[in-house]
Amino acid sequence: MAEKKEDWAAIARNPKFEELHKRKAYFLFGWWIFSNIYYFLLPIGAGAAPGLFSVKLIGNINFGYLFALSQFFVSWAIAIYYLVWANKVSDRLTRELIDELKLQ
Amino acid sequence: MKRLIVTLTLALTLGLIIVHLSAPGMVLAGPESAISTAIVAQAAPAKAAAPTKVEAHKGITITMFIIIVLITMYIVFWAAKRTKTTADFYAARGAITGWQNGWAIAGDYMSAASFLGIAGLICLYGYDGFMYSVGWLVAYVTVLLIVAEPCRNAGKYTMGDILAFRSSPKPVRAAAAFSTVCVSIFYLTAQMVGAGMLMKLLLGIPFKFAIAGVGGLMIVYVALGGMIATTWVQIIKAGLLMFGAILLSLLVAAKAGFNPLQFFHDVATNTQISEWVRVQLLKDAVAQPGFDYGQRFLEPGLLLKDVWDQISLGMALVLGTAGMPHILMRFFTVPTAQAARKSVIIAMFLIGTFYILTTLLGFGSAIHVTPQISWAVDKGGNMSNLLLAQMLGNSFYPLAGDLLLAFLCAVAFATILAVVSGLVLAASAAISHDIYVSLIKGGKADQHEQVRAARITSICVGAIAVIIGILAEGQNVAHLVALAFAVASAGNLPTVVLSLFWRKMNTAGIVAGLLVGTVLSIVLVMVSPNMMYPKMIAAGDQKIYTGLEKKQAGGATLTDTEKAEMTRANASYEKNKDGTSFIFGLDKPLFGLKNPGIVSIPAGFLAAIIFSLLFRSKKEEDAFDELYVRQNTGVGMAKAMEH
Repeated sequence: MAEKKEDWAAIARNPKFEELHKRKAYFLFGWWIFSNIYYFLLPIGAGAAPGLFSVKLIGNINFGYLFALSQFFVSWAIAIYYLVWANKVSDRLTRELIDELKLQ
Repeated sequence: MKRLIVTLTLALTLGLIIVHLSAPGMVLAGPESAISTAIVAQAAPAKAAAPTKVEAHKGITITMFIIIVLITMYIVFWAAKRTKTTADFYAARGAITGWQNGWAIAGDYMSAASFLGIAGLICLYGYDGFMYSVGWLVAYVTVLLIVAEPCRNAGKYTMGDILAFRSSPKPVRAAAAFSTVCVSIFYLTAQMVGAGMLMKLLLGIPFKFAIAGVGGLMIVYVALGGMIATTWVQIIKAGLLMFGAILLSLLVAAKAGFNPLQFFHDVATNTQISEWVRVQLLKDAVAQPGFDYGQRFLEPGLLLKDVWDQISLGMALVLGTAGMPHILMRFFTVPTAQAARKSVIIAMFLIGTFYILTTLLGFGSAIHVTPQISWAVDKGGNMSNLLLAQMLGNSFYPLAGDLLLAFLCAVAFATILAVVSGLVLAASAAISHDIYVSLIKGGKADQHEQVRAARITSICVGAIAVIIGILAEGQNVAHLVALAFAVASAGNLPTVVLSLFWRKMNTAGIVAGLLVGTVLSIVLVMVSPNMMYPKMIAAGDQKIYTGLEKKQAGGATLTDTEKAEMTRANASYEKNKDGTSFIFGLDKPLFGLKNPGIVSIPAGFLAAIIFSLLFRSKKEEDAFDELYVRQNTGVGMAKAMEH
C-alpha cells in the first residue's frame, strides 16, 4: 500500500502537537511519580514507623491496614481521573490536530 | 491435520488423567475424608492431629476439569478456523474490544500464586501478606500511564517491533527476543512446577503427568488458536477466578455477620492465631504480660523484615509488570489507544478487587482453618484457600464443601492454563516473528509460511517448557518469578520507555540496556540468598548436631525424633560441607538482597543511556519525530492495521 509520506518533523513542530505532548507529559509523569511515592511510603513506613501502623483507628482495624487498603483506592482514583482527563484533554487535542492536518 | 493433532493431544491428556485415576492402588477420596478434615479443623485445631493434606473429591474435580477442557477446546476449534494470517495469530486481528481485553489482561496476570499463594501468606503471616499484594496492583499505574497507549500506537506484534521502529532491526530484534525468551522461560518454569505440585497435592496425579497434561493443552491452545484462543481462555479463567473469589468471600463475610469490625475482632481475639504468633512467629516461649499477640497479627513485620528487599521487590513489580512481554502483547490485540486505556482500567478494577477479596480469604482462613493447620498441610500456606472452601462449604450444607473445593481446584487449573498459554505465545512470537521472519528470512516470508513458523515455534517452546518443568521437580522455583520480574524491569522497561520518549536513544543503547539489565539480574540472583549455599546448610547442621551431642553427653536421653534429627543433621553435614553454590561456586551469598531490582534497574537505564550517547546515530534521532508523533496520536496506525 503506497502511503503518503508525512513530514513528521513538521507535525512535531506544530503548536497543537507541542501542546498535546507537553500536557500529556506533565499529566502522565506527574501522576506516575505521585503514585510511586505513595506506594513506596507503604514498605518504608512499615519498616520505619511500625508504631504508627499499629495505631488502632476503628475497633481492631489499625492505620497500617487502612493505609494498605487506601493504595488500591488511590490507584483506582488515578486511573479514573486519567480516563476523564484523557477524554476531555488529550483525545480532544489529538482529534483537533488530525483534523487540522487532514491526517488519517 | 489440525483436527488430528487436537484429537490426539486431547485424548492423550485426558487419557493420562483417566488411566491414572483407574490405576490400582488409587483409592478415590470419598467425601468422608474431606468432612473429617473440616471437623478436625473446627473442633480443636491445635490439639487434634492436624491433617497433612487436602483431599479433593476426585470424581467431581476431574469432571470439572474435563468441562473446562471441553469448553476451551471448542473455542480453540472456533479460533483455529479464524487464524489464517500473522495478524490473527499474534494479535487476534486487533479486533478484541476494550472490555474483553481488560478481562484477558486480568486472566493473563493473576497466576495460581496470586490465587493460592497470597491468601496463604496472609493466613500464616497476617498483615505482611496483604502488604505484599499491594504492589501487584500499583504496578498497573505504570502500565496505564506510561506504556499501554504508546505501545498500541507504535507496535505491531512484539516488543521487538517497538524497539526496532527506528533502530537497526537485526541486533535489536535479536536482543529483544533474548530477553523476552528469558523472562518467559523463567516465569513459565515457575508456573509449570507450581502446576505439577498443585495437581500432585490435590489429586495425587504424579508430577510428570500433571506437567505433561498442562503442557499438552497449552500447546494445543497456542499452536492452533493463537491469540484468539489464548484471549478467550484468559477471559474464561478471569471470570471463573472472580466468581470463585467472590463466592468464598461471601461465605467468610457471612460468618462475621457481614460486619468488618466483627471480622477483625474475630482475628484479633482468636486464640489459635494468638498462639501461632507467640510461638511460631515471635518465638516467645512464655507470653509477655500485657502483649496482645492476636492484634500483632494485624501489624507489619512478621514476614517482610528487610525494608531494602521490599523496596527492591516493589521496584521490580512496579516497573517489571510494564515490561512483561506477555502483558505488552495484549495491547496489540485492541484496535485503538482508547481501547487499550479502557482495557487497563478494567483490568485494574478486576485485579484490585481480587486482591482485596484475597485479604478477606487470607484472614478468613486464619480464623476458620487456623495457621497451624494451613502450615501443616503446606509450608507456604498455599492450600489455605482450598481448606477454607471445603470447611465453610460443609458448614453451610453437607457436600457443598466438596463441590466448592472441586470448583476451586478447577479454577486453579484454568488459572495455570491461561497464564502459561500467554507466556508461550509471547515467547513464540519473539522467536518466530523477531528471529525467524525478520532475521533469518530478512522479512521475506509469506503469510502462510509465517503462521506455520509461529505454530511450529509454539509447539517447540511448549515442549521445552514441559521438559524444563519435569527436570525442575523438587527444586525451589519461587525465586524464578522474582527473576522474571527483575529481567523485565531492568532489561525491557528501560529500553521500551527510552525508545518511546527519548530522542537520543539508539541501537547501541537498546542492545546494551537489554543485555546489561537481563544478564545483571540473572547474575545477581545467582549470587543472592535465593540460591542454596551448601556450606551454610552444613554449618546449620553442625550446630544442631553438636547441640544434641552435648545434650546426650550431659546425661539426658534423646527422644526418637531427636535421634533421627541427629542422624539427618550428620548425614546432611557430610554431604554439604565441601559443596558450593550452583555455577558460581560460592560459600555464601555475595549480594545480600533476594530481589536484584534496586541495583539492576538503575544499571539497565544507565547502560542504555551511556551507550546511546557513546554511539550517537543521526538517522535514528531524525526518525524520532515520526515515532513520537505516532505514539502520541496514533496517526498511521490505522493503515498499519490493514496490512
